[in-house]
Amino acid sequence: MSLIGNLFNSSIGRKFLMAVSGLILVGFVAGHLAGNLQIFGSPDRINGYAHFLQSLGPALWLVRFVLLAAVAVHIWAAVVLTLENRKANGATGYGVNKVIQATLASRTMRWTGVVVCAFILYHLAQFTLGVVSHDTFKGSLPAWTMSEDAREFGVPLAAKGTEVHDVYSMVFLGFANPIVSVFYIIATTLLAFHLLHGIDSLFQTIGWRNHSWSCRLRKVAALFCLLYALGSLAIPGAILTGLLKPAAGTYAAKVVATASVAQR
Amino acid sequence: MAQLSSNIPSGPLADKWRKYKTEIKLVNPANKRKYKVIVVGAGLAGSSASATLAELGYQVETFVFHDSPRRAHSIAAQGGINAAKNYQNDGDSVYRLFYDTLKGGDYRAREANVHRLAEVSVNIIDQCVAQGVPFAREYGGLLANRSFGGAQVSRTFYARGQTGQQLLLGAYSALSKMVGQGGVKLHVNSEMLDLVVIDGVAKGIIVRDLVTGAITRHSADAVILATGGYGNVFNLSTYARGSNCTAIWRAYKRGACLANPCYTQIHPTCIPVSGDYQSKLTLMSESLRNDGRIWVPKKKEDCKKPPADIAEEDRDYYLERIYPSFGNLAPRDVASRAAKRMCDEGRGVGETGLGVYLDFAEAIERYGQQVANRNHLENPSKEKIRELGEAAVKERYGNLFDIYHEITNESAYKQPMRIYPAVHYTMGGLWVDYNLMSNVPGLFVLGEANFSDHGANRLGASALMQGLADGYFVVPYTIGNYLAGIKPGTRPTPDAPEFKAAEQHIRDFNNRLLNAKGKEPVNHFHKKLGKLMWDYCGMARTKEGLEKALVEIPKLREEFWANVNVPGSGETLNQALERAGRVADFIELGELMCRDALTREESCGGHFREEYQWPDGECKRDDEKFAHAAAWEFQGEGKTPLRNIEPLNYEFTKMSVRSYK
Amino acid sequence: MVAEKSSAKNISVTLRVWRQAGPAQPGKFVDYPAKDLNPNMSFLEMLDVINDGLEQKGEEPISFAHDCREGICGTCSLVINGKPHGPNKSIASCQTYMRSFSDGEVIVVEPFRAAPFPIVKDLVTDRSAFDKIQQAGGFISIRTGAACDANATPIPKEVADLAMDAAQCIGCGACVAACKNSSAMLFVSAKVSQLGLLPQGQPERDSRVLNMVATMDSLGFGNCTNQYECSAACPKAVSHDFIARMNRDYITASFRSAFRPKSAAAGDGA
Ligand SMILES: Cc1cc2nc3c(=O)[nH]c(=O)nc-3n(C[C@H](O)[C@H](O)[C@H](O)COP(=O)(O)OP(=O)(O)OC[C@H]3O[C@@H](n4cnc5c(N)ncnc54)[C@H](O)[C@@H]3O)c2cc1C
Ligand code: HEM
Ligand code: HEM
Ligand code: SF4
Ligand code: F3S
Ligand code: FES
Repeated sequence: MSLIGNLFNSSIGRKFLMAVSGLILVGFVAGHLAGNLQIFGSPDRINGYAHFLQSLGPALWLVRFVLLAAVAVHIWAAVVLTLENRKANGATGYGVNKVIQATLASRTMRWTGVVVCAFILYHLAQFTLGVVSHDTFKGSLPAWTMSEDAREFGVPLAAKGTEVHDVYSMVFLGFANPIVSVFYIIATTLLAFHLLHGIDSLFQTIGWRNHSWSCRLRKVAALFCLLYALGSLAIPGAILTGLLKPAAGTYAAKVVATASVAQR
Repeated sequence: MAQLSSNIPSGPLADKWRKYKTEIKLVNPANKRKYKVIVVGAGLAGSSASATLAELGYQVETFVFHDSPRRAHSIAAQGGINAAKNYQNDGDSVYRLFYDTLKGGDYRAREANVHRLAEVSVNIIDQCVAQGVPFAREYGGLLANRSFGGAQVSRTFYARGQTGQQLLLGAYSALSKMVGQGGVKLHVNSEMLDLVVIDGVAKGIIVRDLVTGAITRHSADAVILATGGYGNVFNLSTYARGSNCTAIWRAYKRGACLANPCYTQIHPTCIPVSGDYQSKLTLMSESLRNDGRIWVPKKKEDCKKPPADIAEEDRDYYLERIYPSFGNLAPRDVASRAAKRMCDEGRGVGETGLGVYLDFAEAIERYGQQVANRNHLENPSKEKIRELGEAAVKERYGNLFDIYHEITNESAYKQPMRIYPAVHYTMGGLWVDYNLMSNVPGLFVLGEANFSDHGANRLGASALMQGLADGYFVVPYTIGNYLAGIKPGTRPTPDAPEFKAAEQHIRDFNNRLLNAKGKEPVNHFHKKLGKLMWDYCGMARTKEGLEKALVEIPKLREEFWANVNVPGSGETLNQALERAGRVADFIELGELMCRDALTREESCGGHFREEYQWPDGECKRDDEKFAHAAAWEFQGEGKTPLRNIEPLNYEFTKMSVRSYK
Repeated sequence: MVAEKSSAKNISVTLRVWRQAGPAQPGKFVDYPAKDLNPNMSFLEMLDVINDGLEQKGEEPISFAHDCREGICGTCSLVINGKPHGPNKSIASCQTYMRSFSDGEVIVVEPFRAAPFPIVKDLVTDRSAFDKIQQAGGFISIRTGAACDANATPIPKEVADLAMDAAQCIGCGACVAACKNSSAMLFVSAKVSQLGLLPQGQPERDSRVLNMVATMDSLGFGNCTNQYECSAACPKAVSHDFIARMNRDYITASFRSAFRPKSAAAGDGA
């Protein structure tokens, strides 16, 4: 029995990998959302932040690699475990199916997971690779010139006057499309639902959960998911409903203005 | 006539076992693996024996009719296991446990066996704890004890209300280890249907695979039966539905003597019968008598009143009244008969009038007060005390109260339990000598299946002790002594003619059942037999009753064979066929029990003949005529069996009138 | 624990029972009327009555596994109306009483269904897989007679109590039957935890969990997705906390066995 063998070939090992990869992904989506919420600030903030990330070079690739690996492991484990479970259930099912106490979230992990997976692919195609909605992709938009020094927690992100990608406008223009926005809203809500079970579950998988505090854990997880869902909903929601208008002087503001002129 | 030599080693009582162990022949390790031992049964006795013999290096094959060894009926024991550890420093000792057990058995057991049992009791607890049996503990981390019927010391070890389960799982884990290592070959769903005896020596068994129906032959150098008790001869009992007498009965028919079959124990605290559909009776552990008080109304008119409406002075706490020093902890037979007497007087409670109260109100109050004092509560309210008391009682007996509630839909926290005696244990069984070997050489019998240690009555918490003693600490020595006298490699093949004949015999027997194609289901006969046995050979027996039963039972047997309907075939799982075979044996055994009870013209322990009692209703033994074990020997179908006698000599104790007053 | 329904009036129900002649034969539901039942009758006694009727007619009785009929042997294994061991919490099929059903109800009775528990006949399944898991490590290796005094190692009451909670498992397999993934985690974790909690179980703690889980996997049980149906169906209410404990034990043991120094004399080690 080797460590690698135990982790990749045993039921518990694979679940452990799933939990660890899930945890990494949870960390990422939480941080990502926090970053994305900067859209509610001045364009300098999010653009500076995006610039900073891009400028990390090898570190960025390391992070990307970890994420990619996490997704790959997570999906691989999900597929293998699901197939095994099907087989374990045998050929004949129950005449009467009853759920005693399993939550809906726990029973729909596969489906919420698949939707999230489809979303990630689309999302990467849109905002990272620019293969869909190419004309509003950051690479196709005019650069943004930083009007301020951007810093976060004392770390300089981008100096005043630097030309950076206009992520701010890309997001605004991307979410101007109601279909895209609605898809984002659905996907992130389902992700929150995935996490509603996932976060609680990963503690069980790692072995850090017992009845003396599982109730509290469940509440904290639920609160996290609620905040996450609201936060994710806020960005496309605010843009689509027009509650959030692009800041004056941004490319997005110009496009919006032209569009409304054209409509008239 | 069978040769019944008890083979008790000479010397002082306390030295016999030690001396025996130093003097027996040993089998050298290289030879051990050449011997094959068949163990039938994997209850406490069978599992512990299988595991230990395999550890020693013998080839062991273990057979159980259950689908897993862990399901043996030992699993159901609730109350606890005795051991002379004296951890409570209350004056216990090996001698005292020996004495209590012997006296509890109403001086109808062998001194030497009982003393050995008490000696090894100490090792059992060590062994079980080392296996991971989670016995109850005190806050300091040491083992807890409680007291049990028939003893004035606290020597009973327990694991919640599931002691048998935990001990069996311990033995099962030891067995599993040896199965995993290949030391034991395990055959589940395999029912032994015959014993194969060649030239007077046990050499193997015939087995039916209950799932495939296959009938197979298995040979060995020695055969161990650890197949449990036969209380289901009464149909209704606290035994598991599957417990049966088939293994010992068929061994009996091959020449093994069956000793004292009439000694059955009636347990005083069971849930009363509620209807004729009933399939089993549920025991409420005897440990409840530590804290529960047993009573009936003083006046007949009060019997149908709700218990709460009966004033304290109108209650008759009859055990405390009649047996002041043991009170509610009087031994089982004494307590059972007292309950029967109360009901016979018309003072029984419940719908059928066959029940007495077991009341926890006082215990709840007492524990509540104790907890309140411990927590320094000032002037706690009555409700608070009750609440604390109920919690304390729940901690001790919660699962028993739950069981009671499930069955009766009544809460024993709020109203007294109703209890009534029920058949619970069979002291009789195959006759064995000091080596636990029957009169058929090579056939060893352990646990409840033998007759050895409990005399005419078994004390609470001593069956578990005996099963494990036999399996872990006795038979591993004694079987070596036997095997050392056999040349390795001389065991017959299962193709020997005796094997083939026995197999054919079983095939014919089963076909006869399948082809009877009568009109009644098997249960019909089982119920009828049960009623006859309970009425005439139950808690109280009379000459007339037994004589009547000896007329009725043979009739029932004829009716059974003529009119039973066993659908299906013998080639698959066929539960009707399994039941039919067992009931056929029960009917015959029932007859023998009545015969034994009729011949034993005295009362002792669990055998109570109404003609032989002291004025106060206690058992009147006749030590002149009956201080012996009666070992019945089969003489052929339709012939009256032969009653052999093994005299019981009390060298070290004086036979006294058993009194619990 | 028990539904407090009036137990005064007799009831009649229709039983819809899974009948299957053998492991390879196809099965189907068959209806049997059960009339005029005393509500204090147990579910298995009701089946006895139906079976007596069938046998009287020369028809094969419904095969169902049972033995102790008091919830301790773990033999009984019915799925009643979609729930292993029937409608009530924390009890086994044999402790289910007819008072839990209403007059006129159709009661569907099925066997446990999971690939590692193949059907033997009707409602009887083969659960020997559990024994195999036990044989892989569900023990403390102590030769008979080699034990030291039972009180030599005090065990804190809380630890002993927790071990007892795990030890209560009756090996019935309802956890597998209830689990949407046919996972045996609750059963295995109960065994692993009982022994793993006690000081006596420490020397083999790592090898035990590794071996038992490996055997569980190889027998084709599914994987736990932490849905807790198992503990809800368990007649002994064995807590799924033990699953968490086993997960932790397993991962720890995997790492420890990878990095622990091994004695050169130990051969291939364990
Ligand atoms: C409800 C109840 C509570 C009890 N409580 C206590 C208690 O608190 N303390 C105490 O000391 N004692 C108690 N007893 C008594 C005690 O449990 C039993 O006497 C004891 O467990 C018997 O163990 P055993 O190993 O002899 O047989 P069992 O445990 O009955 O095992 C019999 C074995 O034999 C097998 N078998 C039988 N026939 C065949 C066959 N023909 N072919 C193949 N296999 C066969 C079975 O499969 C099984 O494995 C209680 C008994 C009952 C009924
Ligand atoms: C990419 C597609 C995804 C699929 C197909 C998928 C599928 C699954 C499945 C089947 C489970 C198992 C359920 C369980 O064991 O309880 C699971 C668990 C989990 N998932 Fe996902 N998921 C996906 C994406 C994600 C993402 C993006 C995240 C986080 C942001 C995530 C976080 C988690 C967590 C935390 C768990 C719990 C792990 C555990 O129980 O140990 N998943 N996922
Ligand atoms: C409201 C929701 C979201 C918004 C507004 C959003 C926005 C963005 C933007 C603007 C980028 C490009 C950043 C850049 O170019 O530097 C990006 C990248 C990315 N997003 Fe999102 N995102 C959202 C939700 C999600 C979710 C739910 C996931 C995953 C589950 C996700 C995963 C990613 C990944 C993996 C990248 C690529 C990072 C990289 O370049 O390495 N996003 N997102
Ligand atoms: S854990 Fe519960 S449900 Fe599973 S086998 Fe044990 S007792 Fe049965
Ligand atoms: S129901 Fe199944 S998913 Fe896990 S928690 Fe229980 S084994
Ligand atoms: S029959 Fe024993 S647990 Fe149900």
